[in-house]
Amino acid sequence: MELNDLTRNRGEWLRGSGPECDIVISSRIRLARNLADFPFVSRASESDLVQIEKALKEAVLGIQGSANLLYLDLETVNELDRQLLVERHLISREHAERRGARAVAVEASERFSLMINEEDHLRIQVMQSGLDLQAAWHQINALDDFIERKVTYAYHERLGYLTACPTNVGTGMRVSVMLHLPALVMTRQIDKVFRSLQKISLAVRGLYGEGSQAMGDFYQISNQITLGRSEQDLIKQVGEIVPKIIGYERQARDFLVRESHKNLHDRVSRAYGILRTAQTISSEETMHLLSSVRMGVNLGLIEDLEIPTVNDLFIQTQPAHLQKISGVELETADRDIERARFLRRHLNKENGEKSARN
Amino acid sequence: MKCQRCDRPATFHITELTGGKPQELHLCEEHAREYLSQPSQDSSVGSMAQALAQHAAQQMALGQTAEELAQLDQQLCPVCGISFYEFRSQGRLGCPHDYVCFQQRLEPLLLNIHGAVEHTGKTPTRSPAASLRRTQLIRLRREMKEAIDEENYERASRLRDEIQRIEQEGQKTEQTK
Repeated sequence: MELNDLTRNRGEWLRGSGPECDIVISSRIRLARNLADFPFVSRASESDLVQIEKALKEAVLGIQGSANLLYLDLETVNELDRQLLVERHLISREHAERRGARAVAVEASERFSLMINEEDHLRIQVMQSGLDLQAAWHQINALDDFIERKVTYAYHERLGYLTACPTNVGTGMRVSVMLHLPALVMTRQIDKVFRSLQKISLAVRGLYGEGSQAMGDFYQISNQITLGRSEQDLIKQVGEIVPKIIGYERQARDFLVRESHKNLHDRVSRAYGILRTAQTISSEETMHLLSSVRMGVNLGLIEDLEIPTVNDLFIQTQPAHLQKISGVELETADRDIERARFLRRHLNKENGEKSARN
Repeated sequence: MKCQRCDRPATFHITELTGGKPQELHLCEEHAREYLSQPSQDSSVGSMAQALAQHAAQQMALGQTAEELAQLDQQLCPVCGISFYEFRSQGRLGCPHDYVCFQQRLEPLLLNIHGAVEHTGKTPTRSPAASLRRTQLIRLRREMKEAIDEENYERASRLRDEIQRIEQEGQKTEQTK
């Protein structure tokens, strides 16, 4: 497998299947781990980083079934390709922009990735389509055990796994569920939901994590606390709150369908219309409109489109993907033209002869 | 350096990590107190910057003066050499041993962030003692680098032998497990 194959695949978290997949995009768990015998990344010398990368590469390539792993030395990967990995959630923005020896190992179906020399020496993350945290936990726990056979983790009897930032110490675990909540945004209830989540120390972030805006009405809900609770407790806390939020989103959708069906149908149809006919369109506008279209498909207001196709468009219209797919590097203005062309091609092809029905 | 809000000298140096780019603030004690007691703009609970701000505000509330805190800030980790001040301004620790040597100052911070100070989750199969023993490799490698920089090659080669000895010991005990 090569990096260029990624744009052609769908990737686990965009598969658009699994429990509650109309609202839950994906379930993700990540573990932060550090080697006991090196300084944390921010304090590590160049040669430390090289040695850490070497030790963890060996451990990672020792994982069972590692033949399916794509191991990328990020120092030799160009900026566009690093951006592509960020857009696919395989590395963090921070990892893409860092300097020095660092790498990522990506499983062929993108179910998991291992970041080496990110903020911590090792960040293992497992992604699962739909709401399925237990499956993600079983996989990540096994990966963690495999790697630990080869290396000694920094661990403290009382504080647990030691991490560069004290916000991750203990389990080193972040459990997050990505949700699509357009109806809660439209009915202006989203802030209320967030405030209640913060009261029980759950964090809410946008599509691309910390500091990113809630593009396309996507929100990630995750645990803030990592110390003093077991992994199962943390999974349970997030796992129990998500169905409640799904319930609120469904209520808001029902309300919109019942009380303002015309307006909703109009909004969805206009969004679809713009995406199918625009001649130049920004990434932000695309995300915003695709969000309405996605909800429209789920509510049966658009019948000639499928969720996996919409999911694909969310990612393929992002800057790095668009440039990789079109095969040329483009400035913003040219990207907007290419994006509009791409959308027209895919949305008008998808429905083909069926479009006469509308 | 003068306080950014008045003419008094700035004794508090705060790096605000929330809201995109890190922002440096240099304030006198009074304005620092005022700044830190404001509710943070970033509403996410338990963010590192917020926890640090709360922590500083608590210490000031306990009557510790800027000088006393400045002194505590100069405390260095014997393993990686980071000062508590550097940690406070960057929000990132330097090595695993920091959790041991800054324990007293970190504990209130951990309590702010997590509401707990004891891990109750997964434990690695290797013993924590082995993990702590290996942190000395961090110190030895740093000392070796310093010895080389000072062209003290005799010391550097002694340290190299020491490092190799510990690394081999580690491998042996790990194989017998």
